[in-house]
Amino acid sequence: MGWAIALHGGAGDIPVSLPPEHRQPREEALRHCLQIGVDALQGKMHPLDVVELVVRELENIPHFNAGRGSVLTNKGTIEMEASIMDGRTKKCGAVSGLKTVVNAISLARLVMEKTPHIYLAFDGAEEFAKEQGVETVDPSHFITAENVERLHHAKEANIVQIDYSTQPLQNGTKKETSVVANGDSQLGTVGCVAVDSNGNLASATSTGGLVNKMVGRIGDSPIIGGGTYANELCAVSATGKGEAILRATVARDVAALMEFKGFSLMEAANCVVHERTPKGTVGLVAVSAAGEVATPYNTTGMFRACATEDGYSEVAIWSAS
Amino acid sequence: MGVWAIAVHGGAGVDPNLPPQRQEQAKQLLTRCLHLGISALRSNASALDVVELVVRELETDPLFNSGRGSALTDKGTVEMEASIMDGTKRRCGAVSGITTVKNPISLARLVMDKSPHSYLAFNGAEEFARQQGVDVVENEYFITPENVGMLKLAKEANTILFDYRIPTVGHDSCGVGVEKSLQMNGLPISVYAPETVGCVVVDKEGRCAAGTSTGGLMNKMSGRIGDSPLIGAGTYACGVCGVSCTGEGEAIIRGTLAREVAAVMEYKGLGLQGAVDFVIKHRLDDGKAGLIAVSNTGEVAYGFNCNAMFRGCATEEGFMEVGIWD
Repeated sequence: MGWAIALHGGAGDIPVSLPPEHRQPREEALRHCLQIGVDALQGKMHPLDVVELVVRELENIPHFNAGRGSVLTNKGTIEMEASIMDGRTKKCGAVSGLKTVVNAISLARLVMEKTPHIYLAFDGAEEFAKEQGVETVDPSHFITAENVERLHHAKEANIVQIDYSTQPLQNGTKKETSVVANGDSQLGTVGCVAVDSNGNLASATSTGGLVNKMVGRIGDSPIIGGGTYANELCAVSATGKGEAILRATVARDVAALMEFKGFSLMEAANCVVHERTPKGTVGLVAVSAAGEVATPYNTTGMFRACATEDGYSEVAIWSAS
Repeated sequence: MGVWAIAVHGGAGVDPNLPPQRQEQAKQLLTRCLHLGISALRSNASALDVVELVVRELETDPLFNSGRGSALTDKGTVEMEASIMDGTKRRCGAVSGITTVKNPISLARLVMDKSPHSYLAFNGAEEFARQQGVDVVENEYFITPENVGMLKLAKEANTILFDYRIPTVGHDSCGVGVEKSLQMNGLPISVYAPETVGCVVVDKEGRCAAGTSTGGLMNKMSGRIGDSPLIGAGTYACGVCGVSCTGEGEAIIRGTLAREVAAVMEYKGLGLQGAVDFVIKHRLDDGKAGLIAVSNTGEVAYGFNCNAMFRGCATEEGFMEVGIWD
């Protein structure tokens, strides 16, 4: 038993040939966020606060698809969403359709703590943000040149892409775009799960969604049981193709396998990712009450980092072999 | 070839003093919906088509809290949401923040069938509706004088009303109890408000489907999303069952209630009724909710941990029941 933390910056078709100038800043960012989380846990911060803190950091980093650096809708706009869940109480909060809120995950937490509701979206969520006095900015703050380019390419190919996929989703031909050559398309949802030495668990997930998504499209990240889940056994944050995660209730499924079939964290996480969802669609990070960590994915890669109290730590994109 | 089964609901938690006339109207609507579904099933309609058909009927009738007759937001407007799921491949569609579409459940189905996504909300969903050419009306169409009155009461009391009300409660009994008013979602509830609706069906091919539709909580914050459009919470369908829930949204979301029934069947090997009972008993903590479910082998079941749930169910073997109380 001890603390453990795992975080991700998205799973997807991240080519192994990703150029260093795109790989290194992301690895560095993962390392940086991991350290923040580890320091917080060592300082006895509650996991709910830890996951919020880490996800805020990931949202602020433009290399990942959340907060600043969010991918764009088919109208070139920003619509961010997030959810957070506390394992012990199973209290949760979620937001969707945010345009001006700097840290979606913090607004999700406020929904959880300051309203009688769990989930607020679009204008109603923005209004709530103003009432709460959270930091808001002009939507242009979140837009990066890479994402404008990514949207342009997606429209040309007339596809909706997981933000780093090199494969158009609707036709079979692999399209090598200049986006891939620049390594710009390797982005993803962000998330963090943590457990302290008392077995308190928490999970948080945040995203800009799918490139070229329809305005108003909601994915799995703000859906409790889909992209985010935490109870007394484990905490899970998923990433990948939202529609696939939603129908498989991925985050909940890991916990359900542990609870109902007595699987270990690793067995449950692997089962969900490798046996219960289609290849190329899902990755997740999970921690258990006992301080274990699991980070399986069935895509080419997943930006991730994790650490446990007994000294283990890892920052990685692909598999060790 | 298997056997079909169908269940419908019009919400969990009912005022024990609900006037007999209202009770009668509710039972008639539930009965009518069952017959509509049964007729379609006898004509070999698929489970998914039957779910949509029946929920449309429930939305169109102003009696329950969906479509016309929806509860009002704190601004006095209507924001509806719905979700539908096809157990065969677990395809799903959901919408939230619907203000002009007559039948949200049909829009949810279009999201599933005609868009690359599973869930559309607010302006984006409304735009999609127009592109698809669905029936749209002014927001006023959905507002009933009764709900305008209720909203006023709610504001005066400055509370959010759960979508039904019970003035008093006996802790374990369904009868009238002492002064203490029932708390749902930590909020007091008051006299007659209409209910979330839902339908679950298994057809002769053993395909399950589920659908849920609602106007949400009376006096809710604009933008508030409840459990009804959330896959896994208010609605779920897979190879073994179809489930639709109603009650305290927060409790249903935290308990991922609809998904739970399927998980317990799949992972614990429980039968449908056993799974429903288990979930109602163990997954709600202090929350109050109910659900209806069908299994791929033609069974139908329901359960609720509050005093009542508007429901109806029928099987091909001739079983039929419409009820309100425990």
